[in-house]
Amino acid sequence: MRTIDVAEVTKNIKEMCIEANHFLARDMDKAMKQAAQDEKSPLGKQILCQLQDNLKIAGEDMIPICQDTGMAVIFMEIGQDVHLVGGSLEDAVNEGVRQGYTEGYLRKSVVGDPLIRENTKDNTPAVIHYDIVSGDGLKITVAPKGFGSENMSRVFMLKPADGIEGVKNAILTAVRHAGPNACPPMVVGVGIGGTFEKCALLAKKALARPVDERSEIPYVRDLEEEMLEKINRTGIGPGGLGGTTTALAVNINTYPTHIAGLPVAVNICCHVNRHVVRII
Amino acid sequence: MERYIQAPISKEEAAGLHSGDYVYITGTIYTARDAAHKRMYEALERGETLPLPMEGSMIYYMGPSPAREGRPIGSAGPTTASRMDKYAPSLLDLGLAGMIGKGRRSDAVREAIVRNGAVYFAAVGGAGALLSKSITKSEVVAYDDLGTEAIRKLEVENFPAIVVIDSQGNNLYDTAIKEYAEDVFGEA
Repeated sequence: MRTIDVAEVTKNIKEMCIEANHFLARDMDKAMKQAAQDEKSPLGKQILCQLQDNLKIAGEDMIPICQDTGMAVIFMEIGQDVHLVGGSLEDAVNEGVRQGYTEGYLRKSVVGDPLIRENTKDNTPAVIHYDIVSGDGLKITVAPKGFGSENMSRVFMLKPADGIEGVKNAILTAVRHAGPNACPPMVVGVGIGGTFEKCALLAKKALARPVDERSEIPYVRDLEEEMLEKINRTGIGPGGLGGTTTALAVNINTYPTHIAGLPVAVNICCHVNRHVVRII
Repeated sequence: MERYIQAPISKEEAAGLHSGDYVYITGTIYTARDAAHKRMYEALERGETLPLPMEGSMIYYMGPSPAREGRPIGSAGPTTASRMDKYAPSLLDLGLAGMIGKGRRSDAVREAIVRNGAVYFAAVGGAGALLSKSITKSEVVAYDDLGTEAIRKLEVENFPAIVVIDSQGNNLYDTAIKEYAEDVFGEA
């Protein structure tokens, strides 16, 4: 049994919210640099070079990469041999978000009720996903999610008979529908299988996977590569203004499902695909 | 074509802009996004006046992050314009001459743009740090309680944007992708 004070969680989440909004993770940074080199359209290249300048300014002047500093999505992988002390874990997570967003000059983009729509003024509450895993570790992933791209995400409840062609069609449909609204070049997170809510969570987790890491399942890896290649031939391009870089990666996660179903979730993220991971 | 333009903008100058032009905007523009548009729309329904001038004005669909000490504004990139589609035609009919955002517009907005000789510009989405460098002054002029969604009067200097829908209704989102688009659906 290992004891962790939840104050540790607050402190780390505060720092991670600020870090995620000012610095891209290594994988995303590399993918964006590569895209600026490879893009065929002159306007597309110009936009990707501006995004390089943007990243430089964000880091040097501590101005958030994007003004939409997101709703804080937080994955907590908690070892079953961990004993958390010092108060409520959920409160500690939200306190970290509150401190990060207020002290870090991040935008407060959360309304307390979806229809009454009053801003909570500190970007809380976070969306928290807990997983209980073996061991005595605590792994925190902070992935602030912007809503330009979140709004273009979809769930498709396909039939088993739709098969892999149906999945490909669903991904392309979501990407084409997203077009310029999702701030391309985008990262496409896909969840296949599970239930209605499980596939959406798989897709969200897929976005937090480094973009240069392919699935370990051979057919899924092939599908990721094929879909990326196809998406980059839709012509949408950087900013949706034409070009050969529409997506930086397609990350797909799968899970067992029911004999009657083939759920597919496509969670689209803009080029500011933020994920910071720490293990406590 | 690269163009340097002033805001507010005259009808003549707006008419001279073409879909695909790369522009640098200097002058005074206003910010408004979802909540501010809803309030303006409701004010118009009640027959009240709007808190900003419409004739020749440009509205930037943007809600900034907070400014650090000594800076006029925080990160300041465009938000998705289609969420303002419900409200934009009424404002265009009152003289609004330019909108800056990102993403597609509805047919009704495109028609209102043509009817009024206005322009829809896109700024690069996700470039909020870079774009903040073109904003020299920011002042909340209405709906202060809305926080980031308040209406702000901005002074901009060579703010970079691209003409997407021009006063004739040409739409760069439709035309630009054609050059690079292949029929990937047929293969799926």
